[in-house]
Amino acid sequence: MEIKVSYDRNQGGKKMELDENATVKNLLEKMNINPVTVIMSRGNDIILENEILKDKDEIKIMSVISGG
Amino acid sequence: MNCCNNPKVFELSNKKLCKEHFSEYFESKVFKTISQFNLIDKEENLGVALSGGKDSLTLLFILSKLAAKNPKIKLHAICIDEGIEGYRNKTIITAKEFCKKNDVPLDIYSYEKEFKMSLDKMLKTLDIKPCTMCGIFRRYLLNKKSKELNFTKLATGHNLDDEAQSIVMNQFKNNLMASARLGPISGIKKNRAFVPRIKPLYLCSEKEVATYAFINGILDDFTECPNVVKSYRAQVRDMLNNFENNNLGTKNAIVNSFLEILPELKEKYKFGEAGMCKECGEVASKDKCNACKLLDRLEKAKTNS
Repeated sequence: MEIKVSYDRNQGGKKMELDENATVKNLLEKMNINPVTVIMSRGNDIILENEILKDKDEIKIMSVISGG
Repeated sequence: MNCCNNPKVFELSNKKLCKEHFSEYFESKVFKTISQFNLIDKEENLGVALSGGKDSLTLLFILSKLAAKNPKIKLHAICIDEGIEGYRNKTIITAKEFCKKNDVPLDIYSYEKEFKMSLDKMLKTLDIKPCTMCGIFRRYLLNKKSKELNFTKLATGHNLDDEAQSIVMNQFKNNLMASARLGPISGIKKNRAFVPRIKPLYLCSEKEVATYAFINGILDDFTECPNVVKSYRAQVRDMLNNFENNNLGTKNAIVNSFLEILPELKEKYKFGEAGMCKECGEVASKDKCNACKLLDRLEKAKTNS
């Protein structure tokens, strides 16, 4: 299946191929993102790591880390 | 174990919470922190350091709820505009809109006006780590302006991650004296030169703060400062986040064990009355404060260039 992911400054979103029934956790692993450092949403709703993704989903990954 | 049948927004070690129950959990954690460490009295002229980022906006949002129930607690936001092109100008717009919407007075002070130079220009003039330079001037202005505005305390948006990083950084640099100044409240001594600082989000992780900010419509863009990637803190932060991912509860353990030894540290490194800078009259450990020393170096570098 194909999903669209926007992550930080890549706000336009990029298309990614994932296996059927892949979860948010699988997506983060594929993108090499530490789940501690982000929150994820689909539309206006937050989704957790165990959420199963669907074809054509549009996922936003927001980095939460800060501090200098 | 789950809280109810509604969609879940946060996963704790033992349960998942929906939007409503997570907000309850988060607010209760902040109010418990305030009460456990006696951070806020019944009557306060409370300054809130507002950057327009998720932590300070969330802090002001929750303190506004507290102030609504306690009319003798007055809130007043102050924002420091360091002059970081493409970053701070955006967060200041958010800060202004937020204060207008929540009816909180806001004062903004810029490096450009106070020091005659923006941080971007300072960094082009002097070869020094951005966060070191920025931190010295920001702390200086926050304390100076807090006194001018007669704040009884200044609340900052420091969270569990910030504190865990500071503890580990100080440990790695063999600087326990710096750790003795940490904790949920600092500068409590009756020293009129220093406005006490409180950290109501002390026990909340960055991820918890971001989740609360997102689901309550406070902020949905958590862009970080472009200078932070260069810092020592960022290296420690990434290390701790990797550790946390493999060993859930690491950051909580660092801060909780630190809280156990903090009274001994404060006793060991007792700070006497702070000295006064002979140039500006602000807090100084010697005869000149760090901000004035840095301004001298900037002036010299400018003259030599």
